[in-house]
Amino acid sequence: MKNPEEIFELLKKEFPEAILGIDKEAPTEPIILIDPPQIKTISLFLRDNPELRFDSLMVLSGVDDANGTKVKDEDGTDVISGGTLSVYYHLHSVYLKHKITLKVSTPRGNPQVESVYNVWRTSDWHEREAFDMYGIIFLNHPDLRRILMPYDWNAGYPLRKDYKNPEFYQGMKVPY
Amino acid sequence: MALKTETMILNMGPQHPSTHGVLRLELELDGELIVNVKPHIGYLHRCFEKHAEAMSYPQVIPYTDRMDYLASMYNNFGYVIAVEKLLGIQVPERVEYIRVIMGELQRIASHLVAIGTNGLDIGAFTPFLYLFRDREKILSLFEMTCGARLLYNYMWVGGLSHDIHPDFVRLTKEFINYFRPTITELNNLLTFNKIFIERTANIGVLPLDTAINYGVTGPSLRGSGLAFDIRKEDTYSIYDRFDFEIPVGQGLVGTVGDSWDRYYVRILEMEQSLRIIEQAIDQIPDGDVKAAIPKRIKPPKGTVYTRVENPRGELGYFIISDGNLNPFRVKVRAPSFVNLEVFGELCKGHLVADVIAILGSIDIVLGEVDR
Repeated sequence: MKNPEEIFELLKKEFPEAILGIDKEAPTEPIILIDPPQIKTISLFLRDNPELRFDSLMVLSGVDDANGTKVKDEDGTDVISGGTLSVYYHLHSVYLKHKITLKVSTPRGNPQVESVYNVWRTSDWHEREAFDMYGIIFLNHPDLRRILMPYDWNAGYPLRKDYKNPEFYQGMKVPY
Repeated sequence: MALKTETMILNMGPQHPSTHGVLRLELELDGELIVNVKPHIGYLHRCFEKHAEAMSYPQVIPYTDRMDYLASMYNNFGYVIAVEKLLGIQVPERVEYIRVIMGELQRIASHLVAIGTNGLDIGAFTPFLYLFRDREKILSLFEMTCGARLLYNYMWVGGLSHDIHPDFVRLTKEFINYFRPTITELNNLLTFNKIFIERTANIGVLPLDTAINYGVTGPSLRGSGLAFDIRKEDTYSIYDRFDFEIPVGQGLVGTVGDSWDRYYVRILEMEQSLRIIEQAIDQIPDGDVKAAIPKRIKPPKGTVYTRVENPRGELGYFIISDGNLNPFRVKVRAPSFVNLEVFGELCKGHLVADVIAILGSIDIVLGEVDR
């Protein structure tokens, strides 16, 4: 069983360039920041290293950081440009009983993250959900379709902070 | 020359009595054997996570009720624990005890539905009615406590909406005494029924490494033989004070990890829940259940991920606070959502009729899958 600082040191030694830092300000658990294209390599290392054995991905969550510049458009709603979207990975080890949180941040204009489908098979639907809700593209995901929204929903990504409901969906009025 | 063959696509659902809600399964069949299953979900999507961003922290609680509507108490439980961790507040002992009792009663009520519908799907109608009769008694206890039978909004951040009724302790003890023998009755009626065993033993075997890689939790994971329970593993509230065991699948009538094992783990778990309630019910200390409820809930900036052992598995709440009255982001790790992912894997090579037996044994609630 290792604490997050020890895991961070171990990762930093193995991947000096892909580990961007550790955020200890969170009141509960520290978060390790990772370069998006490297996430799969690091995940494989975390899963297969005998000292770490992170065999289980508890949850993968997309987040809109809403840290870009906000401009009001004509009907008074915010439109955000620039800034980042993030993906959080909460991992834990069934056998060694330790936990860790990883975070990758990707530019809002072109959000791309390497998929961890082949590392933890459970990430399949989680990644589809993050794609559905935030439009984050998971590279090399075999079946990246919408999952909760209708397949033909073309009015954007609902959980983005600047999302606006469309007037109509297939001839039905949306705002009720 | 060999005959040209091709597979057939068959749609099951969204309006199908055995899919436990609106779930569409796209079955790819070779004759009557399943080649592949593609679940299509989202019919009940209500944007819980988007709503939560527009609500203050206490206003989110009724929405959590409506996710897993068979285990609303436990959804409240997970959420309030997450917010309390973010706020850094301690709740009174009395509240902790009542929460655990309610949570375990809810686990029994939820398992009764899971077991009953699993039997019902494959043709056993009588046990279903017996089990709903027993579940009714638990719902009456809840109704007596907070006035609601299904969607409670009972656990609040820092406390409870109502104290327990003066008769609650007595009636709960009566329920325990009444319910213990009915488990034996159920075992005679359904669990060890030859027809039921034939339909579920060796069907939908889930090997342990597949289960872990797919993130399966709860009775479905324990059915595969791993004693993993968050109440023990990553203990929360006051579960560390009680003496209980984690039942695991042993392959009594078939292979470890088959549908029957997942079913039987739930039966054994109900007995363990009764044990926890029995220990807790006599120790409830005095106190005011509303004493620690904060007037204004405004957590500091930060993130929190907490998990609890919901009747279906690991229920996690990932909350990001930006220091406002509304959460910045609430992500729910719904156990049914994750457990349903492995479903396609389980069905491969089985018959169409086995699909519903397997679906019943992993026990999903579509309200939670789609959120």
